[in-house]
Amino acid sequence: MTCRRNDDTRLARRAFLATAAGAGAAAVGALGFPTMVKGQAETLRVGHLTPRTGFLGQLGDYGFKAAAMAVDEANNGGGVLGRKIELIAEDSVNPGVAVTKVQKLVERDKVLCLLGEISSASALAIAEQANRYKVPYINTGANSDELRGKNCNRYMFHVEGCNTMYTKTIGRWQQSRNLIKGAKWYMLTADYAFGHDLFRVSSRFLTENGGTVVANDMVPTNTPDYSSYILKIRQAKPDFVYINLAGSDQTTFLKQYREYGLTFPLAGGVMDTVPFWAAGIDALSGHWQSLWYHGLTMPASQAFTKRFTDRHGLPPDNQAWGDYVGVKILLQAMAETKSAEGAKWVAYFEKGATFDILKARKGSFRDWDHQLLQEMYVVKVKDKKDARDKWDIFEIVEAVPKASESLELIQPTKQENPCTLA
Amino acid sequence: MPLFVVAEHIANGLLVGSYFIVLALGLSLIFSLGGVVNLAHGAFYALGAYLAFEVQRRLGFLGAMVLSPVGVALIGVIIETLCLRRLYREDPGLGLLFTFGLAMVAEQSLRLIWGATGLPFAIPDALRGQVFIGEFIYSRYRLAVLGVSALAVTGCWLLLNKTSFGLVVRAGTRDPEMVRALGIALRPVLTGVFALGVALAGLAGVMSAPLAGVQPAMGTEILTAAFVIVVIGGLGSFGGVVYAGLLVGVVRGLTVLFYPPAAEASMYGLMVLVLLVRPRGLMGEKFERFE
Repeated sequence: MTCRRNDDTRLARRAFLATAAGAGAAAVGALGFPTMVKGQAETLRVGHLTPRTGFLGQLGDYGFKAAAMAVDEANNGGGVLGRKIELIAEDSVNPGVAVTKVQKLVERDKVLCLLGEISSASALAIAEQANRYKVPYINTGANSDELRGKNCNRYMFHVEGCNTMYTKTIGRWQQSRNLIKGAKWYMLTADYAFGHDLFRVSSRFLTENGGTVVANDMVPTNTPDYSSYILKIRQAKPDFVYINLAGSDQTTFLKQYREYGLTFPLAGGVMDTVPFWAAGIDALSGHWQSLWYHGLTMPASQAFTKRFTDRHGLPPDNQAWGDYVGVKILLQAMAETKSAEGAKWVAYFEKGATFDILKARKGSFRDWDHQLLQEMYVVKVKDKKDARDKWDIFEIVEAVPKASESLELIQPTKQENPCTLA
Repeated sequence: MPLFVVAEHIANGLLVGSYFIVLALGLSLIFSLGGVVNLAHGAFYALGAYLAFEVQRRLGFLGAMVLSPVGVALIGVIIETLCLRRLYREDPGLGLLFTFGLAMVAEQSLRLIWGATGLPFAIPDALRGQVFIGEFIYSRYRLAVLGVSALAVTGCWLLLNKTSFGLVVRAGTRDPEMVRALGIALRPVLTGVFALGVALAGLAGVMSAPLAGVQPAMGTEILTAAFVIVVIGGLGSFGGVVYAGLLVGVVRGLTVLFYPPAAEASMYGLMVLVLLVRPRGLMGEKFERFE
């Protein structure tokens, strides 16, 4: 009897150990199934790839909703070139899975182009495949400069701002308030491709302008507890805390920083509205940079916010804006070139076509690195009493660059960006 | 580096560890009696947080802390009676598969019901602020978490060691056949233990909601840490989980202090070390095969 029991337990124990080791990996394997938004012969197919699960999944969901909305609007208006648009959406999960999904989308579903992604690591994997298949890929959410620099390629275009744009937007504002020179900055950096890239860019900007980075802690993604980091910050007594974090990691840090009541002002290398909403206005303070915010007052922007809110019951975030604008840009390319051929669109983009991107100024792609030239915004966290609802967290301070300045001002310069398009 | 900084990080690590214990204890309990490796433990943790979000809006945080684990336990009872019960005597692999599937279904259900976006969950007003003890800083909320964790762990220990229910549980863990032969029905006890285990997960979920927010993937993210603690502590050992939880908290805290990039790896490093030196874990039962 006892013998048997031991045997059972041992078996179970081995299973347990194996499971403990595999749990993480296996859980990641929980893939979403493809979503067919519209099925019809003779359609123009667009492949949408973005993380729908994991720590970027919340953002990905907004992106997908907005892309689907853009496609529906186009189809309701009669489609493009007399044909309907079909969006085939997949969960990109991680770089490895993303590659498989691109192959499936291009070879089996015959998509004409790809759109989406948030993770810089996955975007790089997708871009390499896009280049191989000669299929245009619009990056709507990955920030790493290297995607526009060392790893740029002919078929990849970027609606999302790069890390340098985010850094320079808030940096120029900080500089104008004389906050950088002589100040001590404590940095927390997400320990993967995006974070490393952002740290490189943001610490360069700060040190070039006379600031000192007193410490930088590399933080694993999905960290549930920041108390140890916060204790270190408290000991270091910096002038500013600068976070190079993304997704739900931003939420967790902001909440816990607030919990400890430290008074060193916060700033960050990027700002996505969704994790800030999730943290709640109580946990927020200071000035941040935004690629797009639903509180912008331009009519086109307001109209988009209204359509999205009517459809989903909640306002769009900057990721929704990115995927929406990304689809619109593709549709414009199809209509203007009267072609379903990716190479023609690439030429159209590179010739300086301009797009209505729901901002005061139109956007266009830089021909030598394919970054969308556009304005960004400095935003300030509202007083709680002024907030109309839980999404109303920022007021717009100013557009960067200012209306009178060149859009190139926040872009990486030729010295900073080694891109050569083959 | 002043000694007190190290001491502060150790103290903070103990605090973090106390919360790990609540989560891992449930996992360990369910495994030691039913022999089921509960891969859905993280899902119950997430469910606890989501229920807390709903209850808190109506009855406040204290209400959430009491009612949410009860709600999770009830759902646990339903799942145990309908499905899991049939798998106790089968190949352990079946239990694994079932709970793995359950975890996926649960996460997607949370997404469908509450949406993919995280929900804001603020620290209750009464627990805001900090407590200073000498040079040390503590968040008032975390001290409350420490208190609740200590209560929960002590309560479980008393239940298992000082009551007749606990006696049956312990006997059932050692020798289920003999317990049955003595005319004691193990079935309701198994159900009770499963409910208790998932209620602990739910409680951990409630406690983490104001700290890390509420979002669908939160369960998957925390599950691995719970497994590691159970393995380090030794399977089926109550004391082992307690020590391992504290140890993981402290080791993690010190790693952040000295070498932050290894913060995530530190707990796995600890696990490898413990398994090399002592394959049955700190306080696990003896396995002839390993020693």
